[in-house]
Amino acid sequence: MNQVNSFTNRINKALGKKQLQNNFRSAMNYLMDKRLAKFPDYERLQISRHKSNTIRTNSVSNIKDLLILLEKNLVRNGIKVHWAENGNQANEIIQSILTKADAKKVVKGKSMVSEEIELNEYLIENGFEILETDLGEFLIQLSDDKPSHIVMPAIHKNKFEIARTFSDNFPDLKYTEDVDELTQQARLVLREKFSHADAGISGVNFAVAETGTLCLVENEGNGRMCTTVPDLHIAITGIEKVVEKLENIPPLFDILPKSATGQECTTYFNMISGPRKKDEKDGPSEVHLVLLDNGRSRVSRDNSINDILSCIRCGSCINHCPVYVKLGGHAYGTVYPGPVGIVFESLTQGLDKTGALTSACTMCGACEQVCPVKIPLPTLINRLRNESIEGVDSDSILGKGSLKMPIESGIWKVWRFIYSNPLVYLFFIRAMTRMRLLVPTKFGKWSKYRNTPKPSKRSIEEIARSEGFINE
Amino acid sequence: MNSSRENILNNLLEGSIESKQRKIVERDSDNPISNKKKIESLKNMLESVRAEVHLLSFNSLNEWINSELSKRNLNRVLIGSKATQKELDLKPSKSLDVSYYVNNIEDWKNELFNDIDVGITTTIGAIARTGSLVLWPNSEEPRLISLVPDVHIAIVKVDEIYETFSEIIQKQKWAENMPTNALLISGPSKTADIEQVLAYGVHGPKQLIVLIVS
Repeated sequence: MNQVNSFTNRINKALGKKQLQNNFRSAMNYLMDKRLAKFPDYERLQISRHKSNTIRTNSVSNIKDLLILLEKNLVRNGIKVHWAENGNQANEIIQSILTKADAKKVVKGKSMVSEEIELNEYLIENGFEILETDLGEFLIQLSDDKPSHIVMPAIHKNKFEIARTFSDNFPDLKYTEDVDELTQQARLVLREKFSHADAGISGVNFAVAETGTLCLVENEGNGRMCTTVPDLHIAITGIEKVVEKLENIPPLFDILPKSATGQECTTYFNMISGPRKKDEKDGPSEVHLVLLDNGRSRVSRDNSINDILSCIRCGSCINHCPVYVKLGGHAYGTVYPGPVGIVFESLTQGLDKTGALTSACTMCGACEQVCPVKIPLPTLINRLRNESIEGVDSDSILGKGSLKMPIESGIWKVWRFIYSNPLVYLFFIRAMTRMRLLVPTKFGKWSKYRNTPKPSKRSIEEIARSEGFINE
Repeated sequence: MNSSRENILNNLLEGSIESKQRKIVERDSDNPISNKKKIESLKNMLESVRAEVHLLSFNSLNEWINSELSKRNLNRVLIGSKATQKELDLKPSKSLDVSYYVNNIEDWKNELFNDIDVGITTTIGAIARTGSLVLWPNSEEPRLISLVPDVHIAIVKVDEIYETFSEIIQKQKWAENMPTNALLISGPSKTADIEQVLAYGVHGPKQLIVLIVS
């Protein structure tokens, strides 16, 4: 099945789930209200956005030098750095680090990059025990599901489903639908795992080049557990997460939680700059960072699209997207859903893989207005729409023209011919107005959700002339 | 994997830090707030995320800890080291069972996870605007004291309350000398992953008690 059809199928499936749509609607309303309450002063918000945009744009435009500097300082601090061109390489690197350390039991903090490379599947296939420890991700893993949101992965589940998942997986625990009790049960199960894990894997929110520091943002404490309790810590991140200076961090950490969940700040901000020192008594004795490219370097080269690499993954564009709220995250069929997903996935994977997603946009512009780093998402989506129909492969965008349809381009060719030949045009307009009753009222799928255009009795020129306008 | 490194670097946008850098526009900073306001803000922000905050004089710290811990039945206490205890001038009462984090985590992981009720740490400061405690764990006060026990008591000196994260980074010159781990802690552990219902005490401490001492 081609990508357009399979996307349409997923859309139809999603639109049939009314309960799910209601869940998303109320969750998104809640998140939008909470975010807005954190930005009472419009002008200050704009200044903060401008500052964050500058920091991230500077990082992306200097990405090469910054990555080299980051690597140098990480190595100086004793953190081992690995480079992976794609998911396969990243998975292999992580596997070999684990194997070398004889680590079998792995606990993992939330990381969208690890979803991107399907790390869990890979490690499980290779005989490792890998456990998600972020509560939302843990629930997703228990029910063999996929995240539907980048910040709140289990947002599509209600507590009844979650209660059932818990009782199916842990028959010894008391059945409960109480959120506090469920949370305490998860605590109990996972604490046991933290204390016995051989290795911890985490993502990274920001990597500071100047000091060689990995920053992690979280509320639960599972990220700290994963990066502190086991003797081995492996962090994985996309290469675009680098920022130059430590002083760049506060403005980003200020705007990220407010934009994401409407929080003043998260419970933990964890800055890791090295493995356990000789006299220290906890923390991993080995820390690794895997830098993943997976299409990002190609995107970085093109100044007209590399704004997407500024993204700090707050999910605000997703929360405000009128299409996402109707479809939910799974319909996109990609790791990153919503406006950021449309652009990021199409650019890193190629339009021939996910270009169909570019149609999932109403061009309302809400995403750009709320984006804390001011990524021009609608402009990029519109650009990619055009690129998916017209043009040929370029250096930076793959799969151009892959959604071109012979019928559609045929119709436009005829249209162009008519409109560029006055006599043919005249004849066409006459025919359309005089024989308008013969114009079909249904155009297959196209008119299913659209009003069919009806030619009027007289053409606009005729009306204008009769109203006394003189044709210059 | 050297070739991957070269491939990625060669494929990246060429730029130089000097030539492309745009200037970061500083926003008009708010008027600096008074010490009194800082304490107030720190307290309010922390309490808004269900942390418990008390203002004490340094001399009453010992008494507060001894009496409150017994009262709350938090008897198994973890302190980083005898040096920390001395610095805080703590004289734990006999009813408390005090442990010190003197062994490597590997040697007593089970006890740490199962046999400690409360961990007491100092801080290197706090951030008034966001209600954050700032910790630089070290060999005297390892990282997990503030994470594993169900209750975390953090002691903040009243003259070490900064207004913003930026301010503490600059004034304490972090960029020159980052520790292996630096932490901001802004409340007890929490989650909203089930139906956006806020629940406290997921993986980290269920309770955060902040003692601001002067």
